[in-house]
Amino acid sequence: MRLVILEDYDQASEWAAKYICNRIIQFKPSQGRYFTLGLPTGSTPLGCYKKLIEYHKNGDLSFKYVKTFNMDEYVGLPRNHPESYHSYMWNNFFKHIDIDPNNAHILDGNAPDLQAECDAFEKKIEEAGGIDLFVGGIGPDGHIAFNEPGSSLSSRTRLKTLAMDTILANAKYFDGDLSKVPTMALTVGVGTVMDAREVRTHLVLVACVFSRLVGIDTGIESKETFVLQVMILITGAHKAFALYKAIEEGVNHMWTVSAFQQHPRTIFVCDEDATLELRVKTVKYFKGLMHVHNKLVDPLYSMKEN
Amino acid sequence: MPSNKSVSDAPIVQFTNCRILRDHWLQREDLWVREGKILNPEKLFFDEKGSADVQLDCKGSIIAPGFIDVQINGGFGVDFSLATDDFKSGIDLVSQKILSHGVTSFCPTLVTSPPSVYHQVLPQISVRNGGGHGAGILGAHLEGPFISREKKGAHPEHCLRTFEAGAFQDLLNTYGSLDCVRIVTLAPEMKRSSEVIRELTKRGVCVSLGHSVANLSQAEEAVQHGATFITHLFNAMLPFHHRDPGIVGLLTSDKIPAGRRVFYGMISDGIHTNPAALRIAHRAHPKGLVLVTDAIAGMGLAPGRHTLGQQVVEIDGLNTYIAGTKTLSGSVATMDTCVRHFQEATGCSVETALEAASLHPAQLLGIEHNKGTLNYDSDADFLMLNDSLYVQATYIAGQEVWRQDASGM
Repeated sequence: MRLVILEDYDQASEWAAKYICNRIIQFKPSQGRYFTLGLPTGSTPLGCYKKLIEYHKNGDLSFKYVKTFNMDEYVGLPRNHPESYHSYMWNNFFKHIDIDPNNAHILDGNAPDLQAECDAFEKKIEEAGGIDLFVGGIGPDGHIAFNEPGSSLSSRTRLKTLAMDTILANAKYFDGDLSKVPTMALTVGVGTVMDAREVRTHLVLVACVFSRLVGIDTGIESKETFVLQVMILITGAHKAFALYKAIEEGVNHMWTVSAFQQHPRTIFVCDEDATLELRVKTVKYFKGLMHVHNKLVDPLYSMKEN
Repeated sequence: MPSNKSVSDAPIVQFTNCRILRDHWLQREDLWVREGKILNPEKLFFDEKGSADVQLDCKGSIIAPGFIDVQINGGFGVDFSLATDDFKSGIDLVSQKILSHGVTSFCPTLVTSPPSVYHQVLPQISVRNGGGHGAGILGAHLEGPFISREKKGAHPEHCLRTFEAGAFQDLLNTYGSLDCVRIVTLAPEMKRSSEVIRELTKRGVCVSLGHSVANLSQAEEAVQHGATFITHLFNAMLPFHHRDPGIVGLLTSDKIPAGRRVFYGMISDGIHTNPAALRIAHRAHPKGLVLVTDAIAGMGLAPGRHTLGQQVVEIDGLNTYIAGTKTLSGSVATMDTCVRHFQEATGCSVETALEAASLHPAQLLGIEHNKGTLNYDSDADFLMLNDSLYVQATYIAGQEVWRQDASGM
């Protein structure tokens, strides 16, 4: 993994936004060749979204050829409820950028058949060719998306009942009234986010070579061998213990973010406060690597140059 | 662009780089319009997977709901209380001209007149939507003739009437028809007014108290029977007295039926009401304040003599008097001037000043689901204003119907 440590929330948000910006631009998305992005909600990524919007408004970044897949959505909350994740994404991101609404995918927590909705979501991800960059956060109980402690590390998109820790953490968005917080959600699984691109890439390569040989159009999106990347944003002292459990202890289904220790390409972006429970040795090592990490965001590319 | 789940193929316009008045505050939000209505962009995005066809940069303007003037007697040489041959073209002229003042809907007002005038004029007024041709007409406001002799103001005495003989039937005979009548101003101390007020309210006509010497209990009784408005507060009524506040006391009365609100018109042209009195009323009952112009034929014209129904009035600057007297008779103020003056005199927020000319009149007439706000699915009648509240452009049903040109005309 890479552990990228910035001084404070604003700097961490900016680093993450620059990273996303560079990945999209370097991918050179175009008609028929979309960059797929997995997206989180909550208070942690707000700063990152603001920076991305800024890059867009400056003309440096377009989301025209970007497809997005959100990680989760509450069950039973009306879609236009101010606390639904649809509202969150619209107000904090979609309404400020130029993404095609057909390419913005969020689970429907009011679907008549919730498991079918989850299966369809997995299929959409597959049809999009997998996810190029999955951006996530971490709960105070170490969960990724709504994969609460005890979730299988091979899980796929499904319905989950929220843990008390999560309900308590979310109460602030519902006037502090625990009874108003939804108790269930649809969420991508740990396995969904862990999905290794190598396998998929292999199949796609075979299909592309075959179609070229035979001279037919299989309609399969052809991409370079581009391995799936995961980026986890963690800021604030209240997340410090979860970060410690996620990266300094073993892989454990009680701290589901720890599953990413087994992913070939994971970046944890955090601020100083989030490192408070880590060993000094860990922090020093990764801080020492910042000059390497910073090559990922400097130079910051712009679509104006194309 | 419409897409596979599209509800409509009509073009979608997104007004960007603006501050819109919504939920009582100016928000940095875009305004979306389709088919003459304000559109919900989140619903468009998620349900229809739609996006804007046209984006218009508003260069930082304020966008507010169009103004609604519920008391305007004429303007630009046109007098709504005069039964002329070209009455229709007169009302068309006024409705077109007031677009530049930010008025998108209005109630043409008739002062006390002989029955023949009502019988000739009222059939020529029809409720109609606004558009490029002019502001929408919500219905007539009949101010008189059932008003008090002592408080007739500029109304002609010989045309005053009572309805003590036949109550509602008398009123109907006088006016001829109530088809396009939206508001009636009367004096509640008159005998049998309660029956008349109940009958009018039953028919959806808004009853307003004015030109009256009613005391507070008479006014409260009128409200209990259905009256909801006060015509130009302070003017043509008994002054506030601490042992009997009269009609003015309705602003803080505790006898208003639950769930109802009394609204009151104010002519904030700096002449009809001293700014201190305006502030007292506003502070006592801010949610009931409705700005009106009470403009007369001379509005928009040079100073001099003009008519107001059966009377001749003299205009000198912003003052308009019955010729040869010091009796005020209507005003020559425009609605946007009133909004600016109200904001300056009370020091209220921009939002409050704008709502007094849009949301409150809409609430008075019970049309706020459609007019007076920028809520989703409302009619797209709105204004672009600069920070000093000067109107830069007027839109009705999403179409630009007036724009200030470079020369400032």
